[in-house]
Amino acid sequence: MHNLLPEFWASTIDGLTQGAIYALVALGYTLVYGVLRLINFAHSEIFMIGTFTTVGVVTAFGVTAPLTGLALWGFLLVAAVVAALASGGSAVILERIAYRPLRRRGATTLAALISAIGASLFIQQAFSLRFPDAVDTTRVLQKSILATVGTGLIRADKVLVFLGAIFMMVLLDRLVNGTRFGRAIRATAQSADTATLMGVNIDRIVMLTFLIGGAMAGIGGMLYVIFFEVTTFSVGFVLGIKAFTAAVLGGIGNLRGALLGGLLLGLIEEYGASVVGAEWKDVISFSVLVLVLMFRPTGLLGESLGKVRA
Amino acid sequence: MSRRSLLVRSVVAISAASLALAACSSSGSSPSSSAGGGGTVKIGFMGDLTGANKALGINIRNGAKLAIDQYNATNPATKITLKEYDSQGDPKQASSLAPKAVDDGIVGLVGPAFSGETADTGAIWQEAGVPFISASATRVSLATNSWSTFHRVLADDGFQGPGVANTLIKALAAKKVAVIDDKSEYGKGLADAVAAALTAGGVAIPVREAVAAEGTNVPNYSSTITKIKGAGVDAIFYGGYYAQAGPFAKQLKDGGVTARFVSGDGSLDPAFITGAGAAAETAILSCACALINSAATGTAKTFYDAYKAAFSAEPGTYSPEGYDAATVFINAIKEGKTIRKDIAAYVGGVNVAGVSKQIQFETNGNIKGGTILLYEVKSGKIVAIGTSDSPTP
Amino acid sequence: MKLLNPLRGKTLPWTGAFEAIGVRWRALPRVARWIGYLAMFAFAISLPDIPNLADIMAPGSSWQRILFFPISIYVLLALGLNVVVGYAGLLDLGFVAFYAIGAYSMAILGTYHGWGFWEVLPVGIGGAMLAGLLLGTPTLRLRGDYLAIVTLGFGEMIRVTANNVDYLGGPRGINNIPRPPSIGNVSFMQYGVLNSRPYYYLVVVAIAIVIVIMKRLEKSRVGRSWTAIREDEDAAQLMGVPTLKFKLWAFTVGAGVGGAAGVIFASSNSAVRPTDFTFILSATILAAVVLGGAGNLPGVILGAFLVAWVPEAARGFSQYRVVVFGAVLVFLMIFRPQGIWPSRIRAAEFKEGEGGIDRLGGEVGVVQAQAGAADS
Repeated sequence: MHNLLPEFWASTIDGLTQGAIYALVALGYTLVYGVLRLINFAHSEIFMIGTFTTVGVVTAFGVTAPLTGLALWGFLLVAAVVAALASGGSAVILERIAYRPLRRRGATTLAALISAIGASLFIQQAFSLRFPDAVDTTRVLQKSILATVGTGLIRADKVLVFLGAIFMMVLLDRLVNGTRFGRAIRATAQSADTATLMGVNIDRIVMLTFLIGGAMAGIGGMLYVIFFEVTTFSVGFVLGIKAFTAAVLGGIGNLRGALLGGLLLGLIEEYGASVVGAEWKDVISFSVLVLVLMFRPTGLLGESLGKVRA
Repeated sequence: MSRRSLLVRSVVAISAASLALAACSSSGSSPSSSAGGGGTVKIGFMGDLTGANKALGINIRNGAKLAIDQYNATNPATKITLKEYDSQGDPKQASSLAPKAVDDGIVGLVGPAFSGETADTGAIWQEAGVPFISASATRVSLATNSWSTFHRVLADDGFQGPGVANTLIKALAAKKVAVIDDKSEYGKGLADAVAAALTAGGVAIPVREAVAAEGTNVPNYSSTITKIKGAGVDAIFYGGYYAQAGPFAKQLKDGGVTARFVSGDGSLDPAFITGAGAAAETAILSCACALINSAATGTAKTFYDAYKAAFSAEPGTYSPEGYDAATVFINAIKEGKTIRKDIAAYVGGVNVAGVSKQIQFETNGNIKGGTILLYEVKSGKIVAIGTSDSPTP
Repeated sequence: MKLLNPLRGKTLPWTGAFEAIGVRWRALPRVARWIGYLAMFAFAISLPDIPNLADIMAPGSSWQRILFFPISIYVLLALGLNVVVGYAGLLDLGFVAFYAIGAYSMAILGTYHGWGFWEVLPVGIGGAMLAGLLLGTPTLRLRGDYLAIVTLGFGEMIRVTANNVDYLGGPRGINNIPRPPSIGNVSFMQYGVLNSRPYYYLVVVAIAIVIVIMKRLEKSRVGRSWTAIREDEDAAQLMGVPTLKFKLWAFTVGAGVGGAAGVIFASSNSAVRPTDFTFILSATILAAVVLGGAGNLPGVILGAFLVAWVPEAARGFSQYRVVVFGAVLVFLMIFRPQGIWPSRIRAAEFKEGEGGIDRLGGEVGVVQAQAGAADS
């Protein structure tokens, strides 16, 4: 306990930063699960594609020193759009190849899960052939310290990651709860059959779901690269499991649950690490998950995507 | 009646057949361990050629290959072929390759590269009488198994731990050191050895933590950095590989930690500097191995030029050790030893000048004498700064 | 309607042969089937020694060693996981935890306390079953996908704990675990270093025993309850099947088999380390079960053989083998979601359009196709 108090603010800031990335990736799991009842295991690789795309954008921009002002905002905008498109597009292709045929056959979730694991291995290892080692990137955003709270540093990159993630999530929440597309997604999540009868094109909605979820993971990947300045072919594996845990923690299928779950998981890990040691991070987060599920079997905010109200 | 007897007969027939097969196998399973006179003999290499740490495996393989190619180019009576066994650094794969290597009739092995695979396959080489010389396995306990065929051409962690501690205490005058590792077989072993030596030397270790790392993944070190910062240490020792050491050093600097970064042979790679960027400056890296670069002179320079000509790359970490391990076998074969037993006996008493050091083994297989070499990152380059007995950072 | 659902009714051409074998086999008289079982056992025992087979099956590594590990150990693990996934239809992503518990029981009791293999075996199995019971009691109330993440978490917790606790050897694990005691004086019963045959025979015998137990269970009240739970848990509950109790049974029995595999592996390999028990292994064994045909013992064995052997056979292409493995998984699930060799019941369930367990959402294409077929 002796470490928690002096490190409280530092842990809180770091936890929220890490949690924001978890939350962005968790959105993809939650959206797809809400609509298809499928754990899109390959979502972690969609995130990975986002990180590599961002590295590519940094190279294409010819960044040699940290950017400032207009150049920085321009870069962020371009990188976000390109990473979102690359990841979203990959997610759509993934759905077409690995899931849609199974959906057509009315296959079990188990078969779909195996297909997902296969797709995940395929994408990951295909990247490892081209990029066997970690890929470093130059610094885009100067990690200047904006303020200090206790022992915690409020650093520019952490602020960007956190605010960027929150902004994207508000945007998504508006999209799902305030537009026609969103209504169709929610209708499909509640009952695919009824939605079809009401004239919703399921295949299009599923595609859209993968596109949006993938785009969120792509932006998560972009923020990850700006924060860590490195990526590798296996970057998605651990992060994907954490993000999925976050989605379940908050209530899978529930968008706000993903945000809550992601931020909470980030905080729990940091507080836990400061109390019992960083090597126990994973054990702590999974223990909390099991405890939460024992008392709230559908996660903290309950699960249905269809029932989310603005 | 007829049905029953059919069953009985079938059972008898099948059991007889399987027994016969089993009997054949037990009599016919002894492989030819001698390669015969003249012609060619096989030397094996075992290590990671396609896994997460393949850079190290390839360095060793290239070193050994260079030595053997140079020898074969002299048109000797007995030529040598190098057979490669790619374990991907995985002890389980090594265990399924080792019996194959024994069956293939190799008369000596350069490797296994890592300590884990060496620990798991050592008994197999020993049982088959295959002399094996590792170019990079530094776990102390490997030499305590009474494997007479085990050897290594570099000092173990029992030297490196105190060596690093000595550097920290004498050259850097460190009073408080944070010791962090990556929870790998290698990283934790080295970090434990360093921590023990530091404690013995009266240095306080306020932070002793581990952040597990797999493959080339970069973990978030945030909570560890907060602790290090709070403890106000003079130096940080990291036991682990360059894939994480670089980003860790960078995250430390970004987190406002200015203490000296010190790490071991796992981080001794140019990729450490790429990963750490400016944070790599003044970092100290220790190794029981000799790093031979363009600044080398004498036989080391000859080795450097030949290596560069053969592989169009600079020799990496453990390349000289791989070369030396192969040289020991080559010398044995030059002396006319072509079967495992003779080569093993020769290796036990060998005394030759290698490019990394004089090669002479203790009876437990360790190299005689144990020097820990130190390197420092200066203006983006890894520069030798002497041995741990007299460090000059 | 073909346009809407081009894949419907398409399947891999040769896979129908497996169902044909199943039909023929069940039509055989009892005696002939028993002779068949014995012949299969004899075939399995003779596998290490069939002339020239080693060069074909394992050109790059030791055939006898890979027969023991990974092939036969994977088969044993897949048989255990099959109880959970194939029979009861529960999604377990952390099966490796029970394997680890068995292995570490052998490592600790054998190395630190001097117990022999045969003494540890029942303890390891019991320990794994107890862990299954303890994990299952709170978590089996959860729905399928929650169970998946909780089991995944449990598997990782066991591995991380083994990696962090010095008593368990930390990342280096535990070495010099006592090997099984040699039996008599015959060479194929000497548990030494170089010869992998004795270990292989040991696992084959264990597999045979497990198969007998599984066959008995399949036909018992427990087995029928599992089928009922898999096909429709709510209906089973309504019909008076105590579903939680039988799900626990499945979890515990599966865990026991995993534990046995762990004890045998630890003792035979003489070393365990946390990297032997990663999530990838859980996923691989799950892939073996589903690929082969969940619920059908010959299918599961075939699946486990394939996932263990193909990477070894493709050693020359080691860089590409995982890529190919991933692609094959996707391909097989698209064209043969019921597995290569499914059981009769499961095949029927798939023909009905649902293979037990939960169906994927958004399968409206199928509904439409069926409606269209009815119209025309």
